[in-house]
Amino acid sequence: MNFISQTLAVTLLNLRTIPQRLGSSGVAIVGIAGVVIVLVSVLSIARGFGAAMEQSGSDVRALVMRSGADSEMTSGLGPAEVDIIKQAPGLQRQGQTTVASAELYVIIDIPKIGTNSPANVPVRGVEPTATAVRSEFSITEGRMFEFGTTEVVVGRGASVNFQGLTVGSTIVSGQNRWPVVGVFETGGSIAETEIWIDTRTLQGAYRRGNSFQTVLAKLDSSQTFDAFRDWLIANPQVNVQVRREAEYYEQQSRALTSLIEGIGFGIAALMGVGAVFGAILTMYTAVSTRSREIATLRALGFNTTSVVVSVLAESLSLAAIGGAIGGLLAYAAFNGYQTSTMNFSTFSQVAFAFQVTPELLGMGVSYALIMGLLGGLFPALRAARLPIPSALREL
Amino acid sequence: MKFMPLLWSSLWRKKIRTIFTLLSVFVAFLLFGLLMTIRGAFSFGVDIAGLDRLVLIHKVALIMPLPVSYKERLAATEGVAIASHQTWFGGVYQNPANFFAQMVVEPEPFMKIYPEFVIPDDQVKAWLADRQGAIVGVDLAKRFGWKVGDRIPITGTIWQPKQGQTWEFNVVGMYDGAAGVDKTQFFFRYDYLDENRADGQGLVGWYVVKISDPSQAQQMGARFDAMFANSSAETKTTTEKGFVEGFAKQVGDIGAIMIAILVAVLFTMLLVAANTMAQSVRERTSEMGVLKTLGFSNASILALVLGESVLIAVLGGSLGLGVSWLIVQQGDPTNGMLPIFILPNRDVVIGGVMIVVLGLVAGALPAVNAMNLKITDALRRS
Repeated sequence: MNFISQTLAVTLLNLRTIPQRLGSSGVAIVGIAGVVIVLVSVLSIARGFGAAMEQSGSDVRALVMRSGADSEMTSGLGPAEVDIIKQAPGLQRQGQTTVASAELYVIIDIPKIGTNSPANVPVRGVEPTATAVRSEFSITEGRMFEFGTTEVVVGRGASVNFQGLTVGSTIVSGQNRWPVVGVFETGGSIAETEIWIDTRTLQGAYRRGNSFQTVLAKLDSSQTFDAFRDWLIANPQVNVQVRREAEYYEQQSRALTSLIEGIGFGIAALMGVGAVFGAILTMYTAVSTRSREIATLRALGFNTTSVVVSVLAESLSLAAIGGAIGGLLAYAAFNGYQTSTMNFSTFSQVAFAFQVTPELLGMGVSYALIMGLLGGLFPALRAARLPIPSALREL
Repeated sequence: MKFMPLLWSSLWRKKIRTIFTLLSVFVAFLLFGLLMTIRGAFSFGVDIAGLDRLVLIHKVALIMPLPVSYKERLAATEGVAIASHQTWFGGVYQNPANFFAQMVVEPEPFMKIYPEFVIPDDQVKAWLADRQGAIVGVDLAKRFGWKVGDRIPITGTIWQPKQGQTWEFNVVGMYDGAAGVDKTQFFFRYDYLDENRADGQGLVGWYVVKISDPSQAQQMGARFDAMFANSSAETKTTTEKGFVEGFAKQVGDIGAIMIAILVAVLFTMLLVAANTMAQSVRERTSEMGVLKTLGFSNASILALVLGESVLIAVLGGSLGLGVSWLIVQQGDPTNGMLPIFILPNRDVVIGGVMIVVLGLVAGALPAVNAMNLKITDALRRS
């Protein structure tokens, strides 16, 4: 009991005197807050990008591409192949036809808002079944385009990030004139960066004859994927690869997500080391300016453990304050921040929003506490080992 | 200089504190070096992009092909030194994770347009003689352990051969270049592609035109675009520099993010260093008084404190920059996504200046305080 009350007394004394050491405590807090801001904000980029890609894929949809193609962009399917794919077993049916959409996937040069520089915005040519295949599709503004015309609808992300993609405007590119008649959303997925148009119109505009690039098909259920794939692979009339849509997008995002995470963790780790040094310096300063006080306490009979605990408590609370400030600043500045980047596997743009999740905030604060613990440990031990007579003599 | 021993001994007055200050400055400049490298890597070589080279792409999008026939018309235009086309092949070597750029080019004009790619003469001859020949960057060759004479199979994703899916190439040579040149590309001959592809004959990716007078770039670009206006394949011409910049901007403003992080890092380190210096000077108040009593002028006290702080910054900072340089020498850690992974000389110089500035700013306040100290106050304070 005595021990606990001793520790408590010294710790409270320590914490109450922090304001007297505002300068050096401020340095520790700012240092740790800086690290947490960088860690949280860089990881929120990876989180946001990953989320956009993840939501894009579904397990009950299968993507059929030409074998050898590494993305929708490089795939190509003839009309005969498309007919066969649409008749494969394992697909959901609506009346006489299966729920499958033969699509084209190309890019178009449109300036990015903000930088004013050209960006490769993806354009998807779709069939009327496309919205049945993607049940999450909904129009949020305007209306769906009429098939057989040159009208287009644009995704919410595309509309926000690129110039002239609002209802009522017209996309002019080369000899194409495409009026925008609606804005759609698909639950935050990557399709929201796309412009959708009748696949027949796009075939003409991009000189693709009667060919397509991919077929996106809705499976009867997640389990019928194998039957669907095996039937197509075994069919000598088609030369295709079949993947679950979720798998496809996961693979597309892997390189970029791990690059961002690698850079983020690397920078934060190095900065963390720097901040630990900063915290150590701060706590050393705190201990050495008070070495006389500490020696007095120990001369009065306070035990060394309570001194160690009090120093650690001080550094941990500074770290906690720094971590909280850093996390909140990162949240305020970056959560929901809209941006777009390039998906390296198709060279097309992906719009996404930074996501500062509670998990990331927790990670930031725990990281701050670890830094505080490491930063306080050595000075605490030093305070405890201080020889009483010489410390009392020190100025 | 005669005060160096005094500086040195006051530096080590409190060993632990000095070591940790050195370490924080070290980490700050280690980060400086690495972040500048990342920033440079994401600008994809814009610094060396030629101003006398124009890039013509299809107006609608980069992926739309242009007819090979444009070459004659471009070459016949006044002010054009040389015109040639290139095509993105986008094939896969063994597995998609082995990404690198494969470009289809016309060897002779290609080598004239890009003097920065250095190829030994005998290898140039071998390339001109071998249709399936390919010239690879030295960094790329190192990555996969290729040697001249190796046969490389690459699976086509965009262009399929008439038979099967695999294209075969002979490595006939390697190109090298100055720092900052992308040495991870794979160049092979257009005639090989065009004769053997299943479809798309006569189509090329884009044109690169070298003009005689770089100051005419804008006008030349406008003239080219006018030449092909209202055709089935309209063009959009930019300088190569503009083209690379545009590409980098599509990835996002990585440069701004890196600078923002650096500002946070350096600001924090400045606070840490300044705080430590202030503390160290405060502890030595009476010593300063003694020095002044001995006849040290105000200016020399100022210089002593500033010198100490700059010394710490220089020791820690140059070590940090040096280590970052060593790390960067190991090359691109991402397997081909960032081909130009170097620490530019310009940034090393900037780093050196920052080190000195950091030292001066961190020491400024304590130094001025020490200078203004009255001897009587200083001596009384102990």
